[in-house]
Amino acid sequence: MLLQRFLVRLLTMLVTLFGVAVVVFVVIRVAPGDPIAMMLPPGASDDDIARLRALYGLDKTIVQQFFIWLGGVLRGDFGTSISLRQDVLGLVFDRLPATLELATVALLMAVAIGGTAAILGARERGTAFEAGIDIASGTALSIPDFLWGLVLILLFGVLVPVFDISGRVSPQLDLPFVTQFYLVESLLRLRFDLTWDLLKHMLMPAVALALPLAAIIAQLLKQSLKEVLDLDYVVLARVKGFSETQVILREALKNAALPTLTLVGVQFTFLIGGTVIVERLFSYEGLGNMAIDAVINRDLPLIQGIVLVFALLFVLINLAVDMMYALLNPRLRHG
Amino acid sequence: MDDARISRSGSSPRLWLAGGWLLLALLAAVLAPLIAPQDPLAQDLMLERLPPFWLDGAEPGYWLGTDSLGRDLLSRLIFGGRIAFIVAFAAASAACVVGSALGLIAGYFGGWADRIISRIVDIWMAFPPVLFAILLVAVLGTGLSSVIIAIAVIDWTRFCRVIRAEAMGQARMDYVESARIAGYGRIGIMLREVLPNVLPSIVALLSLEMGIAVIVEAILSFVNLSISTDDPTWGGIIAEGRLSIHQAWWVLVFPLITLILTVLSFSQFGEALKARFDPVLR
Repeated sequence: MLLQRFLVRLLTMLVTLFGVAVVVFVVIRVAPGDPIAMMLPPGASDDDIARLRALYGLDKTIVQQFFIWLGGVLRGDFGTSISLRQDVLGLVFDRLPATLELATVALLMAVAIGGTAAILGARERGTAFEAGIDIASGTALSIPDFLWGLVLILLFGVLVPVFDISGRVSPQLDLPFVTQFYLVESLLRLRFDLTWDLLKHMLMPAVALALPLAAIIAQLLKQSLKEVLDLDYVVLARVKGFSETQVILREALKNAALPTLTLVGVQFTFLIGGTVIVERLFSYEGLGNMAIDAVINRDLPLIQGIVLVFALLFVLINLAVDMMYALLNPRLRHG
Repeated sequence: MDDARISRSGSSPRLWLAGGWLLLALLAAVLAPLIAPQDPLAQDLMLERLPPFWLDGAEPGYWLGTDSLGRDLLSRLIFGGRIAFIVAFAAASAACVVGSALGLIAGYFGGWADRIISRIVDIWMAFPPVLFAILLVAVLGTGLSSVIIAIAVIDWTRFCRVIRAEAMGQARMDYVESARIAGYGRIGIMLREVLPNVLPSIVALLSLEMGIAVIVEAILSFVNLSISTDDPTWGGIIAEGRLSIHQAWWVLVFPLITLILTVLSFSQFGEALKARFDPVLR
């Protein structure tokens, strides 16, 4: 049952990815403007242009180009970036860790903030405190990450300049890292000075990304907690003399978390999508920031590679959440 | 039913506040040439980075100060509202028509139509929306119509997903069955019976989408991909403000407040409208 579910999901995932590849390819190829013309100095001969077109495979039909490209992708060859003249996959892997670290820190913050708000709100249900949480989460949800980022830049970058509002790490620092996972590596190497510097840069973009998700978690988890808190077994725990906080943490939470989990998965992909503009806003050197440069430079192979990597990330997260849901849901586990 | 009463009683002040701000901003945008105190494009290096009116060094007639080229901020915000509202209405309506139609078809007819439409929605959801928007505008070329098309092409799925689920629920209701027994055709039932019942959701989503369109337009002009760089846009002013943040904070603060109020108003307005028109809550 579980295996079957997994295989079906895997298949739909591949269909989705193929669809994404087709859409990106078509969108880019109908673009007016010749990327080859932009690579050559003015006055280049027609022969040079033709040779370069052949080099990048642009002289074949669009269907041929697509399958040549797709075949390469399946072998891990995403082509060569036109603007940076480097291997696309290498460029993407150089930047992906920065984005993953940012998104993960943002997710952890969203769960921590939203979870705390939900538990406190459920404990104080029916009071002005709960109403306050509702208003706060409603506001946090209505304002998108782009605007939160700007608000944070003003508050903590200008008004009270405590955090850095630009870059991933202070440029004057000497970095001993061999991977691009700076945050993880700084922790492993016990270089907490570097961890602190990285976090100071990461905190504000992460909060901007986290706030809307935290609001959703707060609203949904609070609602499920309130429903569970009226059930018999919870009432029994209360009769046994547990405090309300203990009842929530020990009994209610594990049963109320399931609906939230499913939604958090989808919302996490929205969060990752948000990194594109938030990284730009904070000049954070991640994949999203590179993507915008690639679009502005009309760097077709690089754009294709980045969009595919984002899409792969999205479908993998959805698959993981779906499997987690199936594992945790007793009805599906024994079905 | 308690919930219904709460949202019902809470809807009126929300509706008025949100609607009031939107009306004010819309009127200012429509009447921009009449009410803007200065020419939004006029540069004057003698007047660069003037602070807003309550600070020392402010000039009369430049209420919210000027940017680093000496252009009047208030006038630029008023004119920027024109682009924002045009994009909001046009892009949201287009996304609404396409998304709601496909959602209705998928939800009401089910079967193959549903499978194909849902698969397309899945593919669309695997794109980071901001990157998709930037990519589309880069491909279509900058300009007002490109921005509108890009937003509509990306955001129709928001309508499609919600309306599909609602139409699916409605299709199982008894009244749909009775209409069929009464001899109405399937398309007739979909348009005459199901559509009116999902309309409150469509209206709420439409209002929400207008707010999202305003943000996406701001993001596109922030990365300099919206319309021509001469015309003032809220995102363009924000990009300018982000650069001169340490010298002239007001260039970032005022467009930011404008954007936040507009986005909040669109979402509140939508929810209040939904509470009003929802037959169950009413």
